[in-house]
Amino acid sequence: MPVDLTLAQLSNELVYASMAAYACALVAFAACLAARPGRALEPAAAPAGALAAQGEGGVGTLTRVTSGPPAPPAPPASPGRRAGNIGLALTWLATLLLGGGVLLRGLSVSRPPFGNMYEFSIASALAISAAFLVLSLRRDLRFLGLFVTLPVLLTLGLAITVLYTDAEQLMPALQSYWLVIHVTLATICGGALCVAAALTVLYLVVDVGERRTRAGRAFRLAPLVDRLPSAARLDALSYRVTAFTFPLWTFTIIAGAIWAEAAWSRYWGWDPKEVWAFITWVAYAAYLHARATAGWKGRRAAYLGLVAFACFLFNYYGVNIFFSGLHSYSGL
Amino acid sequence: MAGHSTATAAAPEPGAAGLSTAPAEDPSGPRGLGPVGWLRWTWRQLTSMRTALVLLFLLAIAAIPGSVFPQRTQNLPAVNDYLRDNPTWGPFMDRLGLFEVYGSAWFAAIYVLLFVSLVGCVLPRTVTHLRTLRQPPPPAPRLLGRLPEHRTTTADADPEQVLAQARQALRARRWRVRTGSDAVSGWVAAEKGYARETGNLLFHLALLGILVAVAVGSLFGFSGKVIVKTGSGFADTVSQYDEFSPGRLAGADQLPPFSMTLDAFHADYQRGGRQNGAPRSFEATVTSKETPDAAPVTTTVEVNEPLEVSGVRMYLTGHGYAPTFTIRDRSGQVVFHDTVVFLPQDGNFTSTGVVKVQDTDPPFALQGIFLPTAAIDEQRGPYSSFPAADNPAVFLAAWTGDLRLDTIPNVYRLDTTGMERVGIKALTPGQSWTVPQTGHRVSFDGFVEFGAFSVARDPGKLPALVASVLAVLGLALSLLVRRRRVWVRARRAADGSTVVEVAGLARSEHATVAGDLDTLVAALPGPDPGP
Ligand code: HEM
Repeated sequence: MPVDLTLAQLSNELVYASMAAYACALVAFAACLAARPGRALEPAAAPAGALAAQGEGGVGTLTRVTSGPPAPPAPPASPGRRAGNIGLALTWLATLLLGGGVLLRGLSVSRPPFGNMYEFSIASALAISAAFLVLSLRRDLRFLGLFVTLPVLLTLGLAITVLYTDAEQLMPALQSYWLVIHVTLATICGGALCVAAALTVLYLVVDVGERRTRAGRAFRLAPLVDRLPSAARLDALSYRVTAFTFPLWTFTIIAGAIWAEAAWSRYWGWDPKEVWAFITWVAYAAYLHARATAGWKGRRAAYLGLVAFACFLFNYYGVNIFFSGLHSYSGL
Repeated sequence: MAGHSTATAAAPEPGAAGLSTAPAEDPSGPRGLGPVGWLRWTWRQLTSMRTALVLLFLLAIAAIPGSVFPQRTQNLPAVNDYLRDNPTWGPFMDRLGLFEVYGSAWFAAIYVLLFVSLVGCVLPRTVTHLRTLRQPPPPAPRLLGRLPEHRTTTADADPEQVLAQARQALRARRWRVRTGSDAVSGWVAAEKGYARETGNLLFHLALLGILVAVAVGSLFGFSGKVIVKTGSGFADTVSQYDEFSPGRLAGADQLPPFSMTLDAFHADYQRGGRQNGAPRSFEATVTSKETPDAAPVTTTVEVNEPLEVSGVRMYLTGHGYAPTFTIRDRSGQVVFHDTVVFLPQDGNFTSTGVVKVQDTDPPFALQGIFLPTAAIDEQRGPYSSFPAADNPAVFLAAWTGDLRLDTIPNVYRLDTTGMERVGIKALTPGQSWTVPQTGHRVSFDGFVEFGAFSVARDPGKLPALVASVLAVLGLALSLLVRRRRVWVRARRAADGSTVVEVAGLARSEHATVAGDLDTLVAALPGPDPGP
């Protein structure tokens, strides 16, 4: 099957266009955070689970309410909201552009676009931003936009500079429909876990901020913390995303094992990629256990969650670059 | 209250402890000084969540070296190279099992402890859960208003009517319902989401299932590697394998009596572009027989499509070239005629091999390089510039002297110490060469392609798949189902109207009951329309 160079070229142009749109979205989200009134100034309009100011004046002692009736939405006129909405719209646009880029890349070679690290990377960037958009359909995640468009841009930047490979056919080991299932799932999991990790980092920052505030001490990131939801909400959200993704990740590994059985005669052979998939899986299992273990809930569990995501990333980039094994398709 | 046998799932009083279905921790030391006390304490520690967490963490860390250092089971030559290059640390690392991490005692120790802990944790929980499943939900707390999530409304219907309706509405939404009354009022208690705990137990038990299936596979299965030249065959006996590793409890005599021949091999490569020479398809045409007397069946074997014959699967894992040589001695008598497998050394199939002829005078050997597309580089010497056989040639070095066949059984290598090189020559198919010093005449007759196959049988494969699917199902239930309780109390107020109190409690992480309460309130008879 020949490579359709026009489509491949168009795909590259769409990827560049999406990067431009993501960059604008990032600026809009940053403006949204900056213009967002700090929680301390806006006690009445605080969303459910956010901060409530105690006493008159509102800037004195602060406590967070973690449950309660949903609060009315903030007034639509606030400039932060408008910037956030622009950011969201731009993210939708960028995601459509990137989706087109990924699709055309696959069409140009008449195969799923998962043949090398460049293709994995643009697909992962798509998965990260899609995971964010899907989550933001049901809740207000504008505060998270900056922290999602940033990794998306980094992934895309890495993809077009370091990892770029021309569109080509697949090697025989990759010609299997399990490739489509296994790699699509892995990419989706990666996107969702990246969003969860972003939430976990924010949780750790806000948690420190809240502790300091409670202890009456200064915190350099206080202005940021003020504009973010409560630590409890961030933690719960990040857990939900992880809990939803973990069974999918488990199934991804099983699909990989089924494919390995068809291609390499054994379903599990401790190939470096398999080893790191196992390590990642065990690390996430440890995170889920830590959340049910006295003394490990909260911050320590969050650190474990970040370690687990680091393992996922290492499996994605590190194993392809540092280890040679059966999964050497990176095209590097 | 200690250990898992008293998991909080059955605790009647809702409260902080009732939120998680995780077993309670017992931080205290051993009670009593006797050995039984210590044993019991040790067991409790081993089966605690904290230990499970530590063991999981250890397991993840212990798996790392296996990806960093070469492993015997995957790449034996790489391990030997490593040991040769690191004479000081290598043997010490070897003794630590760093080249066989996943078969090492310490790796096994971690996962065995983890699974012992798992059994000790899951069995009591299963008993508790089964008991809970047969019990009605616990009665309503007295003061529903004290619960974090609650609603109060009034209704014009009788309390009995309100409760009956609540019960019906909850039943319709498949809550498990219990009714009763006490000094305060009549109540309805309901619970939902038992599948969470069921799923959690299913998942952990399925993990045990996977472990057992893996063990069955490695004890009763076997795997082997074999190289088959086009036009020749392979019969499933141990002596025909190039490499054979049977499971500990699988006898070599249990090999099924199948045979196969490789009729044709075809490979396609990309021509031009940045990935010039990258493989695009491999296809082996194979005729197989289940037993020596069975009818032959012809099929194609591809990389992701193994041959399945009598419960054994044959996988195409590689390929290469095998040149054919005829060697005559001075008197013109044929002393060697065979097709010899040359092992590929790079992606363009620059391949090396040797021919050893002991029974000739003087003993004679060839060291050869086969090039499917021959090219010569000033520095590298002869090499292949494309994997397909566009311009095939062999470069031969002839040797004479002691072949030492008794000490070096490796058919792919020639130890030339003490031997003398008597000539070098490049040949294309059909050409011949007479080695001046020994008088041997070498003809390069042509070449065929060979296929490298992995042969495997794993009786634990299907059980492992079933257990994994159950594990995912269990996991999905355990992480996505939300377990929660609600209660309704209805009593007549002093003014004759009915006061309805509704409250709920989430019993698992990320569960909320606000939505449940709203739905429930909406399903109850409304308040007095009023005058
Ligand atoms: C092979 C080792 C193990 C693995 C891979 C594993 C994995 C998991 C996973 C992925 C979960 C998440 C599901 C959930 O949160 O409901 C979980 C939950 C759980 N595991 Fe394990 N587990 C293992 C061993 C153990 C052991 C030894 C214990 C007992 C100490 C245990 C007790 C639990 C409990 C109580 C939960 C539920 C936590 C909760 O209530 O949220 N597990 N396990």
